[in-house]
Amino acid sequence: MPQNEYIERWTKQHGKRLDHDERVRKRQARESHKQSHNAQNLTGLRAKLYQQKRHKEKIQMKKRIKEQEEKNVKSSAPDEPSKTPLPQYLLDRSQATNAKALSSAIKDKRNEKAAKFAVPLPKVKGISEEEMFKVVNTGKKTHQKSWKRMITKPTFVGSDFTRRPVKYERFIRPMGLRYKKANVTHPELGVTVQLPILSVKKNPQNPLYTQLGVLTKGTIMEVNVSELGLVTTSGKVVWGKWAQVTNVPENDGCVNAVLLV
Amino acid sequence: MATLLPPPSKRQRVAQADKAREQQEIDRIPSDLGSVRVQFFDQATGNPTGPAVSVPVADANTKNLETLLNTLQGNDDDDRVPYRFTHQSDKEGQTIDILADLYHSLLQPGIKTTEDTVSLYYTPQAVFRVKAVSRCAASIAGHGEAILATSFSPVSSSTMVSGSGDSTARVWDCDTGTPLHTLKGHTSWVLAVAYSPNGAMIATGSMDNSVRLWDAKKGQALGGPLKGHAKWITSLAWEPYHIQEPGHPRLASASKDSTVRVWDVVSKRIDTVLTGHKGSVTCVRWGGTGLIYTASHDKTIKIWNPKDGTLVQTLSAHAHRVNHLALSTDFALRTAYHDHTGKVPTDDKAKVAAARKRFEQAATVNGTIVERLVSASDDFTMYLWEPSSSNKPVARLLGHQKEVNYVTFSPDMAYIASAGFDNHVKIWNGRDGKFITTLRGHVGAVYQCCFSADSRMLVSSSKDTTLKVWDVRTGKLAMDLPGHKDEVFAVDWSPDGQKVGSGGKDKAIRIWRN
Repeated sequence: MPQNEYIERWTKQHGKRLDHDERVRKRQARESHKQSHNAQNLTGLRAKLYQQKRHKEKIQMKKRIKEQEEKNVKSSAPDEPSKTPLPQYLLDRSQATNAKALSSAIKDKRNEKAAKFAVPLPKVKGISEEEMFKVVNTGKKTHQKSWKRMITKPTFVGSDFTRRPVKYERFIRPMGLRYKKANVTHPELGVTVQLPILSVKKNPQNPLYTQLGVLTKGTIMEVNVSELGLVTTSGKVVWGKWAQVTNVPENDGCVNAVLLV
Repeated sequence: MATLLPPPSKRQRVAQADKAREQQEIDRIPSDLGSVRVQFFDQATGNPTGPAVSVPVADANTKNLETLLNTLQGNDDDDRVPYRFTHQSDKEGQTIDILADLYHSLLQPGIKTTEDTVSLYYTPQAVFRVKAVSRCAASIAGHGEAILATSFSPVSSSTMVSGSGDSTARVWDCDTGTPLHTLKGHTSWVLAVAYSPNGAMIATGSMDNSVRLWDAKKGQALGGPLKGHAKWITSLAWEPYHIQEPGHPRLASASKDSTVRVWDVVSKRIDTVLTGHKGSVTCVRWGGTGLIYTASHDKTIKIWNPKDGTLVQTLSAHAHRVNHLALSTDFALRTAYHDHTGKVPTDDKAKVAAARKRFEQAATVNGTIVERLVSASDDFTMYLWEPSSSNKPVARLLGHQKEVNYVTFSPDMAYIASAGFDNHVKIWNGRDGKFITTLRGHVGAVYQCCFSADSRMLVSSSKDTTLKVWDVRTGKLAMDLPGHKDEVFAVDWSPDGQKVGSGGKDKAIRIWRN
């Protein structure tokens, strides 16, 4: 169990409060009133942050409404058959072609036998240990020997990780800098999908960083592509694929990556 | 350091010993049951063969029954025929296959006792045996786009034709794995290909709304396009060889424009237009009794008389579009006078007679000619029909969890195989439509499947890029054939059982053999 999911654990063990649904309903019913109150009464930085958040929410809302409207409109033009040849029995069926396009592009690429080990970012700027680690000086003994380090870069931590006791924990990976998902772009199609990270395969800076799961620019990680529906030549569903981080995650607050095909 | 497992506890040891003891008991036939009287009946005619014979129950397995029946019929050692035995129980008219022996199929379930006379209906099985294909003999590039349809020549397994999205059809020499001819002429995707029953002509139907005819030997076009359809061609069917007017074969083409046109191949004119469907016609079949069966998106199956273009019957039971049709005599009609011996009659009269004999052999059940029909639909079900006796379905075949795309009868008509988008192939009893087994293994939608000529194997092609060969009787995977780099759209097993040809999105034709 991940360390921070104690509420879920409690719910699993003991169930929900008897009036849980009622409380949720009331909270939701009250939500718009609360929003209105905040919008009118907050001041200063809080107001600014609140407006930013609200702005983003509204954009999403409008997008969804638009999508819904488009779905309801019946197109008058006859739907043209697709550009890729299809057998007779697949012709009049609407299909989710997105992931398929991905998979065939990947296979085409494999056919070309393009340099297998070439990665999009071959070289990265080195990061010194001083920049990567902050020495933790809390407590008398720790201060005297200065053996404890805090990692100052974003990291990926597996979901089954539990922290060591304070006395033995040499490297601290802050919760706020942990990432579980990456925005992965398919290089040829320019399709970007948010995918769960499975593991960090290689950090070019230092093998130790690979072990610690540090995400810096140029890091190779494994992402879960099962929802794209790719299959291998032997007919098994492809689960993990490698991707390389293309941005500096600490600057952007997100992990962007490009799929290695 | 390796972890040492603790020794098993007493409970575990006892359980293990119990299991070992249980496993030793084999299903064996008790030897003290004496004998049972068996009367054989011919499934095709319904007539009894020989007198009732007394058989010791302990020895009454299919192998011994087969030997007994061969002896009763006076067959020599070198022309012994393998048989399949079924028992038709008196109540409910249900049929039971004798799988291994009489004891386990009839006596143990209490259907019959040793006091009764057991009536066994026998059907001859193929005297030849097709080996499961196991390797890719050739992967032939040539097509510039995805391959949409393949078909082997009825004559032999050495030529195959494939239609592709690059608007050509190609004829392949499967023995050497080389291209023979490129059939150029269409201006859009070739969606359907069909060899004529005598193997001399190839018909192709295309997205450009036309049908074209080709000389199979020389690879040349026979005249121009057959124009008339307003939308693309979905399916083609040749007139069965034994009802063709000599020298005047005909061809039926189904189209998206909801008509079926019957063409005179020699004069290149439309013979009749069968109109009546309200939606795209997905599949057309020309039966051996001279009727045309069509399936359509408008949920109906219609039966036509091509002589005057009249509608004979409308079969409506499906709740969604009908995707595919199969006739019980499909295999016999497709191969006409080409049988497993490879001997071809010399003159035309003998050919027609041989084709008619093969059709009648295939279609005769209890002395009458019966053509059964099975239809697959988007409503996840299939129906088994016997149009000659009723316009009500014989059985509704339930079990698929998604659209059923393809359905086919085995050449001996004992089984029906259906391929669905739910990743499964299902096997059904060809007589009454009872469910037999599910073939699980594909991880993507199954597009097509094809029986081997001896009905003992089935090959299926799937979206998951593999072909899989199944043993029909046991329902187990006989062979997994990976190799295609993308979806496999079309697969065909040659009528003589030597080769399997497949093509798909990766643009390469693959020939598989044992």
